[in-house]
Amino acid sequence: MSLAVTERNSPFLLTGPALLVFLGLVIIPLGMTVLLSFYDWGQYKGIVPEFTLKNWVEVFTDSYFFEIFLRTFRIAILVTLASILIGVPEAYILNRMAPAWRSAFLLVVIGPLLVSVVARTLGWALLLGSTGLVNQGLIALGLITTPLEFMFTETGVVIVLIHVLIPFMILAVWASLQRLDPQIENAALSLGASRLTIWRRVILPQIVPGILSGSIIVFSLAASAFASPAIIGGRRLKVAATLAYDEFLNTLNWPLGAAVASLLLLALVLITVGSNRLIERRYAQVFE
Amino acid sequence: MSHLVLDGLTKRFGGFTAVDAMNLSVERGEFVSLLGPSGCGKTTTLQMIAGFVDVDRGGIRLDGADLVSVAPNKRGLGIVFQSYALFPHMTVAENIAFGLEMRDVSKPDRDKRTLAAMELVGLKGFADRYPRRMSGGQQQRVALARALVIKPALLLLDEPLSNLDAKLREEMQGELRQIQRSVGTTTILVTHDQHEAMALSDRIVVMNQGRIEQIGAPDQVYDRPASAFVASFLGKTNVLAGTGDGQGSVAIGDLVLPLPGAGKGPLQLAVRPERLSIAAAGEPGLEARILGRVFQGTHWLLSAQSAAGALTLMRGNDGAAVPTEGETVRLRFNAADAALLPGGAAP
Repeated sequence: MSLAVTERNSPFLLTGPALLVFLGLVIIPLGMTVLLSFYDWGQYKGIVPEFTLKNWVEVFTDSYFFEIFLRTFRIAILVTLASILIGVPEAYILNRMAPAWRSAFLLVVIGPLLVSVVARTLGWALLLGSTGLVNQGLIALGLITTPLEFMFTETGVVIVLIHVLIPFMILAVWASLQRLDPQIENAALSLGASRLTIWRRVILPQIVPGILSGSIIVFSLAASAFASPAIIGGRRLKVAATLAYDEFLNTLNWPLGAAVASLLLLALVLITVGSNRLIERRYAQVFE
Repeated sequence: MSHLVLDGLTKRFGGFTAVDAMNLSVERGEFVSLLGPSGCGKTTTLQMIAGFVDVDRGGIRLDGADLVSVAPNKRGLGIVFQSYALFPHMTVAENIAFGLEMRDVSKPDRDKRTLAAMELVGLKGFADRYPRRMSGGQQQRVALARALVIKPALLLLDEPLSNLDAKLREEMQGELRQIQRSVGTTTILVTHDQHEAMALSDRIVVMNQGRIEQIGAPDQVYDRPASAFVASFLGKTNVLAGTGDGQGSVAIGDLVLPLPGAGKGPLQLAVRPERLSIAAAGEPGLEARILGRVFQGTHWLLSAQSAAGALTLMRGNDGAAVPTEGETVRLRFNAADAALLPGGAAP
């Protein structure tokens, strides 16, 4: 057998090592998880490698699972929308700052990513608790009389997830803002457009790709987040990721956990690819 | 009354004076170029007229009315940017119609005017094209149509041709000039390209370090530069050292020329390479040694060294013998072809 590098086989040889790593660390475990979701399980017999659809039937028919998936995607959508509402103006302001200020504030923006997820979430737990800084401050200001419920609620999980995921939105939008022609706002201004019109008609349509890629990242990370919902939401407020964890490590029903995990992955892929297609078609001109 | 008046216009950035007490009057329908090296304040001047940069001192008046206090989106000026700044997510027609839309022009009227503007710039049939699918020259035309369709009081051009290749630039120069003539819009062009300024303008304003060096028709500025800076910035020129006798005549080597207004003592003269000729035998002249020659097709460019300084001269490729390297020639020129420069060393 000849090992000569030809034009035909060089792409395979060059990508081979990375493909092997990808195959070994991602594709095979993923395939095994999907396979596992079709296995049988019983309280006393454990995992039985027999093909069955009962895990999937359970996931799709039991309203308990439906509620958890609904909550997961509700949280993810709220986090994504809030990230757009806060992150897009923030990126715009960041883009207009003087370079020295901009680098300082960029550090502030990506700050949450520099802190360990557990430390950051526990910090939030201290802030959001019924005797936490936020509630005590609001009470001291006379705005509320009884503490607001943040811990073990969706509100708390959403707040914490926005904090950690918003950098992805800001960086994605900022990247697309940097591709704008620096004179484009002046051009619109000279043609008689107001600031608001410029934003709506000129800037926004051009940064849709950035908002979209930011949204996809934020949405998938929010929907698959584990540490924040586990600490802030606790055992009472389960989401898909903590559900899968519990099935694996508490109930020890691995096949059911695998079905939950596979369904989460499948749903995420479908949603992100679908929305991507939709918006890409709508804004075809900006995506070139 | 002048159409556009800049009155003592001043702009400082920190300690740096970008535009220093600039005065300029532009007549209706005139094509005026602001010409100068980068950092001379020409772009800042344009941006103050457009309203993108605040004015520190002085005024801008359009038809007698103050322009400084008017918001930039209410000034109604047409601007073509160096980068064109087209809206990439809109078609050509949408780009051009944008300004009309902002003015609440009715849809049928808008369509009619957009079509007319596209025809004016030679883009008929491109209505549904997106800018990214067009060449630089075509994008330039869209930008021009977009600026002209709103019937602006002033057309401001910010280095509009600098992103085009040389051949296309020349074509567009002719076309731009012809379109401006036919529309009759008062136009201000900012450029660092002397050829562009000379080819397009009715008048050139030569700027340097925030100040106006000279204002005049292209041939006037070229032939009678008011300063050594203007002489060297517009085309090639020779700055020769001479000595005035205080009675209106100047000696440059053996050459003595009557130059009314010349003072006494050392002074400087600007003479264009094409105005230097080789003196006939017996005629007085400036002795110069030819150092090198470059053939340019229609002419030769000769570099030479004389007692009055290094100089360049041009010899037409008309069949006559051309001096070779090392040869010594005697040069002469007419007093009318020499511009007396105010004191100070040439840049």
